[in-house]
Amino acid sequence: MRLKNKIIGGAITTASALSVVLILAIIIIILVVTIIGGKDKLTWEFLTSFPADGMMKGGIFPAIYGTALLVIVMSIAAVPFGTITAIYLTEYAHEKSWIAQTIRFAVRTLATVPSIIFGLFGLGFFIKFVGVGMDNWFMGGQLRWAQPNLLWGSLTMALLTLPVVIVSVEEAIRTVPRELREASLALGATKWQTIKKVVIPGSISGIMTGTILAVGRGAGEVAPILFTGAAYYLATLPTSVSDQFMNLGYHIYVMSTQSSNVDQTLPIQFATTLVLLMLTFSLNLTAVLIRSRLRRRLK
Amino acid sequence: MKEAKIVTRDLTLHYGLKMALNSINLHIPEKEVTAFIGPSGCGKSTFLRCLNRMNDLIPSVHIKGEILIDGLDIYQKKIDVVNLRKKIGMVFQKSNPFAKSIFENVAYGPKINGISDKKKLTEIVESSLKNAAIWDEVKDRMHDSALGLSGGQQQRLCIARTLAVEPEIILMDEPASALDPISTGKIEELIFELKKKYTIVIVTHNMQQAARVSDHTAFFYLGELIEFGKTRKIFTAPDIKQTEEYITGRFG
Repeated sequence: MRLKNKIIGGAITTASALSVVLILAIIIIILVVTIIGGKDKLTWEFLTSFPADGMMKGGIFPAIYGTALLVIVMSIAAVPFGTITAIYLTEYAHEKSWIAQTIRFAVRTLATVPSIIFGLFGLGFFIKFVGVGMDNWFMGGQLRWAQPNLLWGSLTMALLTLPVVIVSVEEAIRTVPRELREASLALGATKWQTIKKVVIPGSISGIMTGTILAVGRGAGEVAPILFTGAAYYLATLPTSVSDQFMNLGYHIYVMSTQSSNVDQTLPIQFATTLVLLMLTFSLNLTAVLIRSRLRRRLK
Repeated sequence: MKEAKIVTRDLTLHYGLKMALNSINLHIPEKEVTAFIGPSGCGKSTFLRCLNRMNDLIPSVHIKGEILIDGLDIYQKKIDVVNLRKKIGMVFQKSNPFAKSIFENVAYGPKINGISDKKKLTEIVESSLKNAAIWDEVKDRMHDSALGLSGGQQQRLCIARTLAVEPEIILMDEPASALDPISTGKIEELIFELKKKYTIVIVTHNMQQAARVSDHTAFFYLGELIEFGKTRKIFTAPDIKQTEEYITGRFG
């Protein structure tokens, strides 16, 4: 019996160690390959200039700019909505009520939907339904909103990242001690005043973590914006939410599959990948740091 | 005995199916200190939290009977709980300042009551801190975080925060149980000063404390009010044997 336990224990330990090594190896290989392939190309000029010569040369500034706009508009939509939902779930809904259970079930389900489905949903709902409706009502049938643009791409991405925001904010709200809520209520504050002045300020780091994680996720996903806003190439930067935009992830896809000479643009692809990796890594690292500080406070 | 500020009639409280308070009848006199004593779990804190309806926050709590404050039943449907709590301040066992500056902690109550005039707020904060006997210790660092104060200072800050709302009654739930003897002494002196203006109800584990600060003492045991009377009498010649046994330390 003892020997059997030892064997099982040993096997589990070995398997865990192997998977850790494997994961680390994959990360290192990805990093090393992209760094070697892209390091010569990655210059200040590459980051700040437009693609040139049919995207065979030049930089990726519009893709960086478009990605930044995408995550900003996405955050403006996802963070307040997610925060309000989290506040409702923690402060107002009874834990066991059917409406709270339904919302929680929906959030969990939303988190497992493949990202391309969000893209198709965005196309069907935002562009074909909302966009067409807006054009008919406000534009007199003229085409303006019923096509891919920054707004629809960002909103589609917001749907995808909403669960991340909700879960982070909920977790943070639960760390606000009951004693502080009671102190506020005992001073004659209403429930809403208590939420506004004690609960939300107390969970600000969780709201930040959720935002950063959502931004990190949104910056890296391509499928949701494939049909809803990303452009192959634009000669000018977007100036309105009804403009299309370029995007880092989509740019990689375009360069590696649609380019007239994939091999020649390989350094550009690697350098773009490196930019995207650094962006998402640093965002996630920041989120992890904030979250660990939050957990320490909890103890 | 002075006029009763708080009167309870057959107050019974259940947590789910479990009875925590059984038919409590009590007259708490105005502008005096009433202490609740008794062993852990006897219902004294639960009873205190009925007086400002803090138990409303716990969904499983059911209450029967009446609590009259100035003759008005506070569990009536038409009672505005928020206004009620402005009239009845509460100081908690664990000091619980907000993660804000000392000034903002004390100004919290007046601000939610709609006072926004900077000068008025400064006046209220200063007088509240003075009345809570902490002004001299914090006057030079009003805009530092309240979390940097010592435990005893934090608790006096919480008292100042309560005073800033100008309540008539102050409920104290073991306010000194986490403090060292010197801080405890300061809180007790403060209670002595405060009773000139406020009706004070204090829950305490510390029998000497009850004897020192209170005018009246109520002894609770297993959810029942066993005995209530002048503190001097309760501590020297209680009518009921259980009270005597508890006070002399034979159980509890």
